[in-house]
Amino acid sequence: MARESLGFEITELRLGLPGEPKSLVSTNKNEKKRMFSEIDGNGDNEKKSNTGGNLKTTESKAQVVGWPPVCSYRKKNSMNEATKMYVKVSMDGAPFLRKIDLGMHKGYSELALALEKLFGCYGMGEALKDPENCEHVPIYEDKEGDWMLVGDVPWEMFMESCKRLRIMKRSDAWQIERTYIEIDEIKEKNV
Amino acid sequence: MNYFPDEVIEHIFEYVGSHRDRNALSLVCRSWYRIERCTREKVFIGNCYSITPERLIQRFPSLKSLTLKGKPHFADFSLVPHGWGGFVYPWIEALAKGKVGLEELRLKRMVVSDESLELLSRAFPNFKSLVLVSCEEFTTDGLAAIAANCKRLRELDLQENEVDDHKGQWLSCFPDSCTSLVSLNFACLKGEINTGVLERLVARSPNLKSLRLNRSVPLDALQRIVARAPQLVDLGVGSLVHDPAMETFAKLMTTMNKCKSITSLSGFLEVTPRCLTAMYPILPKLTSLNLSYAAGIPGSDLIKLIRHCKKLQRLWIMDSIGDKGLGVVANTCKELQELRVFPSDNIGQHAAVTEKGLVAISMGCPKLHSLLYFCHQMTNAALITVAKNCPNFIRFRLAILDATKPDPDTNQPLDEGFGAIVQSCRRLRRLSLSGQLTDKVFLYIGMYAEQLEMLSIAFAGESDKGMLYVLNGCKKLRKLEIRDCPFGNTALLTDVGKYETMRSLWMSSCEVTVGACKVLAMKMPRLNVEIFNENEPADCEPDDVQKVEKMYLYRTLAGKRKDAPEYVWTL
Repeated sequence: MARESLGFEITELRLGLPGEPKSLVSTNKNEKKRMFSEIDGNGDNEKKSNTGGNLKTTESKAQVVGWPPVCSYRKKNSMNEATKMYVKVSMDGAPFLRKIDLGMHKGYSELALALEKLFGCYGMGEALKDPENCEHVPIYEDKEGDWMLVGDVPWEMFMESCKRLRIMKRSDAWQIERTYIEIDEIKEKNV
Repeated sequence: MNYFPDEVIEHIFEYVGSHRDRNALSLVCRSWYRIERCTREKVFIGNCYSITPERLIQRFPSLKSLTLKGKPHFADFSLVPHGWGGFVYPWIEALAKGKVGLEELRLKRMVVSDESLELLSRAFPNFKSLVLVSCEEFTTDGLAAIAANCKRLRELDLQENEVDDHKGQWLSCFPDSCTSLVSLNFACLKGEINTGVLERLVARSPNLKSLRLNRSVPLDALQRIVARAPQLVDLGVGSLVHDPAMETFAKLMTTMNKCKSITSLSGFLEVTPRCLTAMYPILPKLTSLNLSYAAGIPGSDLIKLIRHCKKLQRLWIMDSIGDKGLGVVANTCKELQELRVFPSDNIGQHAAVTEKGLVAISMGCPKLHSLLYFCHQMTNAALITVAKNCPNFIRFRLAILDATKPDPDTNQPLDEGFGAIVQSCRRLRRLSLSGQLTDKVFLYIGMYAEQLEMLSIAFAGESDKGMLYVLNGCKKLRKLEIRDCPFGNTALLTDVGKYETMRSLWMSSCEVTVGACKVLAMKMPRLNVEIFNENEPADCEPDDVQKVEKMYLYRTLAGKRKDAPEYVWTL
């Protein structure tokens, strides 16, 4: 009977829901659309390891419409105002800016992912590790008004000091550098 | 069979209040039907499309109080697309035309336009009470009309509505002659209000018992307002944020000390935790405490607060209280009857609730009968213990954040746990399931849940048998809502007559096909079978073999509705 076979099947590694007695169920049922574990990215959710237990970030929660079953009014109104840190994000070439909540993310890699999703500019993660070679470079304006490269300081310090973000095209970065070099050269000439 | 004159029977019927009892009376014989319908003042309509307003008015000429519900429950979770329906205007229009002496209107999940509020405010001179829960489309302009025109208004209660704030001064629209307010709840409004106007309104409302403010009322205004209403029974604090002037805070504490009657407290949409001490004077008398929107109160402060609330009967709270905090609740709140624990948004905060918190509650609170519990995990052992400790559950709703999570200790589905609940709680009327579940849990439900009226299922079951166990076994089932389960045409079509004994059935992301829905609609003309066709163009007829994304069916005497949007097909 399926009950006995369940015992062994449960130890198998697979993406489907655990404990499905496939032999009993007709093929129709196996095409379950949107099985929760698949939508939720359960299996390989590395965020799990950061927090002990099954805590999900809002991003993975949002992938399954309507679960957990919290009514939309409540969802909108029970966010902790104190931990929200919305900053503007501009991307060169994009017609309008976006806003991102720094408090939602636990580190630079999560931020990179979020930025990628917002603007569809892939390679943001790599840009943080290797700023020399990527098309898009994330920079931020700090409390003193200076534009800094994202990723140098610890995450908490960055959250504290970041006033706004900008995703710059690498080619622009060179442009700006060149402009400064030219300005310096002109200054020197005029001395 | 009347041995008494009508007047005597009418007099006896006056003592019969509940809708169910009244419905039962009307079935006894023709003259009781006649007498009942002529004396009936309150009517409850669970599905606004089950009957036409005209027919309602015809049957109940003495109608004074009407409760209407619109959208299906799963609309709360964004599963019903915009524009589905539930418009109240046609009802108000019909009631006005029929010269009904409407005094009270309670609406849930309905679309309420400003136009309908304006008509409501003018058409019924005796109108006293408006309660809107989870409604949408109206703005503060509509509220202004109610305030200005309802001369006898006693109650304006707005709960969890999406309201557009038009910056008009709706509160100022209450005339100086309005002194009849008993209940005013505008906690869900986002905009600013004139606190001076509010203060004067409260000052001239000696009967005001319930007042729930929104977050725009600062601490000093809160103090002045509450000082004017020491007779309050129910207070909703919108915002309790630190005021630099210490004396205001001290004044507030003195004011709260004078409020001897407050038994219900809610709100704290914005809060500085240390300001909560101002509330301590009223905590010992509280029977109802709703902190489910107080995201700014950390678990430790929640626990400190709860220790003072020995008389609590109803507690709504966020899971930041943690298992340990629930242990404190269990030790403190011995009178607890209803508990709701909502998920907080706090990422990285470790305190969350698991089966341990629930077990602690079940051990400490024997009077518990209603539960809504969002948690990270649940075990069969815990559910079995809870079932043993609390056999009096009427409502049991469990929402595990990972919807298909098995018992983490044994890796088994939660069939046995929920089975224990239904077997032990013979009075269970509402049940929501989650976690990994096979068909077995439905076998248990069908076998034991004899009083079950509403069942919510998500990501559960293995085959049509599951749904059939429920349909066959639960004789009192009224509402069944199912999402993402492998239940298909056989389950849907085996007992079509069952659906006329129920209010409604919702099935989304299941295995039901268009063809089966058509068959059902054909066999049962007194059901409206609606399928939502969001992705296809409106004029494209889907194949019979195509799976239905969303289906909602309900019994009705009103026939096919005429206000359905393009994407809804009534078969």
